Amino acid sequence: MNLLSCSSNHCPLSSKVLASTSPPSKILKSSVRVRNLGWGERRDNMRNNRRVSKVVAYYGLKSPPYRLDALEPYMSQRTLEVHWGAHHRGYVEALNKQLAKNDILYGCTMDELIRVTYNNGNPLPEFNNAAQVWNHDFFWESMQPGGGEMPTLGILQQIEKDFASFANFKEKFIEAALTSFGSGWVWLVLKREKKCLAIVKTSNAVNPLVWNDIPIISLDLWEHAYYLDYKNDRAKYVNTFMNHLVSWNAAAARMARAQAFVNLGEPKIPVA
Amino acid sequence: MAERLSLPELPYDYGALEPAISGEIMLLHHQKHHKTYVTNFNNALQQLEDAVSKSDASAIVQLQSALKFNGGGHINHSIFWKNLAPVSQGGGEPPKGSLGNEIEKEFGSLEALVHKMNSEGAALQGSGWVWLALDKEFKRLLVETTFNQDPLVTKGSSLVPLLGIDVWEHAYYLQYKNAKADYLANIWKVMNWNYASEVYEKECP
Repeated sequence: MNLLSCSSNHCPLSSKVLASTSPPSKILKSSVRVRNLGWGERRDNMRNNRRVSKVVAYYGLKSPPYRLDALEPYMSQRTLEVHWGAHHRGYVEALNKQLAKNDILYGCTMDELIRVTYNNGNPLPEFNNAAQVWNHDFFWESMQPGGGEMPTLGILQQIEKDFASFANFKEKFIEAALTSFGSGWVWLVLKREKKCLAIVKTSNAVNPLVWNDIPIISLDLWEHAYYLDYKNDRAKYVNTFMNHLVSWNAAAARMARAQAFVNLGEPKIPVA
Repeated sequence: MAERLSLPELPYDYGALEPAISGEIMLLHHQKHHKTYVTNFNNALQQLEDAVSKSDASAIVQLQSALKFNGGGHINHSIFWKNLAPVSQGGGEPPKGSLGNEIEKEFGSLEALVHKMNSEGAALQGSGWVWLALDKEFKRLLVETTFNQDPLVTKGSSLVPLLGIDVWEHAYYLQYKNAKADYLANIWKVMNWNYASEVYEKECP
């Protein structure tokens, strides 16, 4: 924006700029009067929305919590560049375009936006973009360099409680991923009502937030997530995710937060 | 025992559709993806026969989604290989005859039809197909989409597929990455309108 063209008459810089940059032979005849506005005038301007610049904020593309080559050789830098840099970015930009045209949705938080646009199973056009922005943020954070192996402490205990053993959970998770048709996601969620962990499959952009459950880990099963690295070998991708990518640290943090909302059992009160 | 499905041969070399679709994609698409649908369908069919012989209703019902998905995958891809052709075999040549006339009548022009199919394909979220369909009951052409591997008949029992475009990511990802629109624009260069005309003329002589 060219300050010289600023039409606001309480733009404090404009007269200074005029004075300092215009050569003597071109002093503008129409001067921009800068004066302090009285309280009443400022109030009226605000009310009438006159010459008050509106502040708007849109979603940005959040970076994964590691460098794009940090997950090699299990997930290549090339995949991150395209998946994050093109797909994820595309969803963010598309969502922002839609929100610019819809004041009500613009005013929602991301969680609200997802729930509202899901529309109880009859999703509005904004749902796909909103949910996929959230899903991918969550997915990058569900992985870490040096991931895989086993969870520890509280989250391990909860897994053993709800799945009998970690090995059983891992088997069930992989099975869910391999019996998923088409594009979608597999989740480890904490179910609010049942107060237990469960494995959930969703298609396209749907995520457990729409059922008010708390996601703990996710795995992207859209082909774009693994095709460059594994081509059609989804099984290899899923196993690699479990063995080398999944971030149990992130899962533990999410679990800890979830316990503020879901009572998972009586606290262990020492006897004496 | 019901006859087992088998992987149909490709009527051209894997590299014959270049540069519209790369040989690498054609190889994987045919020998891995399509073959897997065939194999899994045959397995599900075997399990179905076992379940039927034991009158195990629960197992019969549970197998339906695997049958639909893999059977649909086989049906759809079998059509897909036929509705593509190398340029040397007529790929990309616009339809003549009665189909060409009908397209002009229904859509205004071939460009309009292509534009419509490309828009629907681009807008499709997730995995699925875009079809040029003939409604054989009303003798009308229409553009339809199906999700995952649902065959066209799931959208209407009187619908006959004339052309299908696979918009699953595996159909274009290695070559076009996320530029789905470029894939859709280019695939028309190897579209086999002869096949579409044959099917059309058979249903609407």
